[in-house]
Amino acid sequence: MAEPHTSPTSGAHGDIHLHPEAVPVFVYLRVFAALMGLLGVTVLAAAVDLGPWNLPIALSIGVMKAALIFAYFMHLRFSTRLVQVTSVLAFLWLGILFVLTASDYLTRD
Amino acid sequence: MAETHVPDQAVLRHQFDDLEQQRESINLGMWLFLATEAMMFGGLFFTYALYRGAYPDAFRIGSQHLNVGLGTINTFALLLSSLTMALAVHAAAVAHTRRLILFLAATALLGGVFLGTKAVEWTHDYQVGLIPGLRWTYYDTHPGEAGRLALVHLAPYHVQMFFVVFFSMTGLHALHMIVGLGLLGVFIWSASRGRFAGGNDQPVEIVGLYWHFVDIIWVFLFPLLYLIAGFRPFAAGGH
Repeated sequence: MAEPHTSPTSGAHGDIHLHPEAVPVFVYLRVFAALMGLLGVTVLAAAVDLGPWNLPIALSIGVMKAALIFAYFMHLRFSTRLVQVTSVLAFLWLGILFVLTASDYLTRD
Repeated sequence: MAETHVPDQAVLRHQFDDLEQQRESINLGMWLFLATEAMMFGGLFFTYALYRGAYPDAFRIGSQHLNVGLGTINTFALLLSSLTMALAVHAAAVAHTRRLILFLAATALLGGVFLGTKAVEWTHDYQVGLIPGLRWTYYDTHPGEAGRLALVHLAPYHVQMFFVVFFSMTGLHALHMIVGLGLLGVFIWSASRGRFAGGNDQPVEIVGLYWHFVDIIWVFLFPLLYLIAGFRPFAAGGH
């Protein structure tokens, strides 16, 4: 849950208020290293012919990259529950779009 | 009236009870906007899924015309730009204006690299005649290729659908990148005027959310558009 933090009461160049929740830089660097690793895996997996498995593997790696960016770069991991639920809802709405549209096309002659 | 910009120190707006609620509301608003962006791109992703399912071979052939090496470089550039963007937000949080400007500029530079690479790719596609509606002459000037399509019961218009999807999706994405560059420019300017000297990082964080989201879109576009036929960065495919 986000901690309340007050703004300085002094003038324009008064007390510098350092953010109590600034995510440390090394976290970002580790996430970036993981993203680079996943990019490497993407490329390696695509270089091998795995038949029908290439697509789900590529998508899974993409989901992992996205999850890292959502959680750490976009601070979802450190956001309030309301915001976290909202991000899940966004995927659900997208899912509804896919399911309803697909059900139309798949039931056509 | 003052010469320098008054630092933005998270002034409590009247409609909020306290700064915590204000901060959460701003964050929530941005995530809801990103949800609408996901829906917009989602429609195009569904179109991709529909036509790739209908013409899998045509999509593989179309993908082979793309420059996988440049696509990989672009993916690397955008992932790196997300790192520099996150570091910019961090710099704003600890009120280091010079570092903030440095990282915003680095992010913008990498975005420029991405768009420049895109321009190179699209110029090539125009020259060989692979842009539906604008210049679709590739199969007229390469009758052998058209013949090879016919052998697998495909026509040029099947491959054309891949390029319709390709240019729609990368075009909409590039438009978002241009908007992102504009936002970065505005923030570099206001940061240089002292806007973030007080440690209010949320405006920068909001721009960061936008930038990361556009990066995530590309993370999915790359394998879906460029890697259908596997990773062949030096193949002659694109001609």
